[in-house]
Amino acid sequence: MEFPDGLFYTEDHEWGMEENGVLIVGITDYAQGELGDVVYVELPQEGTILKAGEPFGVVESVKSVSDLYSPVSGEVLEINPDLEAEPETVNTSPYDRGWMIKVALSKKSELDKLLSAEQYANFVKNLK
Amino acid sequence: MTSNAPKKTPLYDRHAAAGAKMVDFAGWLMPVQYEGVLAEHSAVRNRAGLFDVSHMGEIFITGEDAEKFVDHIITNDVRRISDGQILYTVMCDDEGRVLDDLMVYRTSAQSFLLVVNASNTEKDFNWVKSRAGGWRAVVADRSADFGMLALQGPRAVAVASKVLTFPETFNHHAFFEAEYEGARAVVSRTGYTGEDGVEIIVENKAVVRLWDALLEAGKEEGVAPTGLAARDLLRIEAGYSLYGHELDENTDPVSAGLSWVVKPEGREFIGKKALQGVKPTRKRISFVAEGRGIPRQGCKLFVDEKEAGAVTSGTFSPSLQKPVGIGYISAEEWSVSKGGRLTVEIRGRRTPVKVYRPHLKPTNGG
Repeated sequence: MEFPDGLFYTEDHEWGMEENGVLIVGITDYAQGELGDVVYVELPQEGTILKAGEPFGVVESVKSVSDLYSPVSGEVLEINPDLEAEPETVNTSPYDRGWMIKVALSKKSELDKLLSAEQYANFVKNLK
Repeated sequence: MTSNAPKKTPLYDRHAAAGAKMVDFAGWLMPVQYEGVLAEHSAVRNRAGLFDVSHMGEIFITGEDAEKFVDHIITNDVRRISDGQILYTVMCDDEGRVLDDLMVYRTSAQSFLLVVNASNTEKDFNWVKSRAGGWRAVVADRSADFGMLALQGPRAVAVASKVLTFPETFNHHAFFEAEYEGARAVVSRTGYTGEDGVEIIVENKAVVRLWDALLEAGKEEGVAPTGLAARDLLRIEAGYSLYGHELDENTDPVSAGLSWVVKPEGREFIGKKALQGVKPTRKRISFVAEGRGIPRQGCKLFVDEKEAGAVTSGTFSPSLQKPVGIGYISAEEWSVSKGGRLTVEIRGRRTPVKVYRPHLKPTNGG
């Protein structure tokens, strides 16, 4: 399992990568492994205003359905258009081509509450 | 049950070594997936997949009255099968409620085997035993002595016949008894995937050797171990019931659309009185949904704007590349609305669904 350094993580197993006030959000390698084959990702419309910790979408695998929680507050600028036709990208490339949404951060200080790669790795270890 | 710790099948170490994800299913630690549910589904539909289904229960009924007693406890007519044949049926209580669905194997008029769901084995055994008074029949739960493997897929029979000697004629829903490495085995042409295939009940001591031999025999053809997640997906695609989803003790077989396994003509059986005069009130459907959201158990079904039933099982079908499911609709709504608009509600939104008849691949004699 991989948890790249430099990303932010949540206890709900999302990751975020910050670039110039925009957070790219996806789900972690651990999350995709637990879900199994992803067959559908339901994402919000561009322009939707998200609140930190609230659901922004749904990821469905063959066996289960899980809510996706926004790590931060802000406006959805972009959604990953490839996931509609190729939801399995979430399994094969969770931190890269499997990204889900880009959010314009409305409160940059919210990032301070998120976990580092090391903290998240410890969190996952204790779930086992 | 005396202990809450889940039981392990003889193949537990094989599953662990293969890196399978294990779950507690009906009191058994079972492999839910190995490589991935979609890859395993594809193996079964295109080649063959090997399942450990050792959690299934085996209840033997023997004695002079065995045939009459078995006929008394099931809704289907056991006289429809002869030696070496298998009958699908349900077993009801006196009120006509479904206790389990099961396969009845007839070795002779004095010897039968009931293969029952893992979740119901103990309940079924206690029930059958409690009704055996006055019959010259011995009821024995041998579930702890036997494992069970299922090899399913278009190549399953060819692969299995490298390991076991098959009779010249081996029809669908037939079985034969064999010895494998000194262990007693019962080999049947049955399955739960909609594909051709075999199921092999074998004494514990030979389960691991048989598992290894089948995988080795199928190596070149790409036969792979397959977990319970793929098994559930395959059975939903094929439209098969799973106890706890399509069937339970709140269901009677007639209103559940299973009247084809209720044969009241010229025989008496437990639950017959209660089932007399029951009209089918629900229609069971297999359906394909539009969009990509998956209709899960409990999602409501609507005919036009009226709530008319609910989903009992749902998943994503890799074969159809669409969400599929099984559910019940009230017979009344169904008949007034032939051609009405059928929808399913997923997370508050209605999505159109289309009824379909699962296309099961025909097997020899089936």
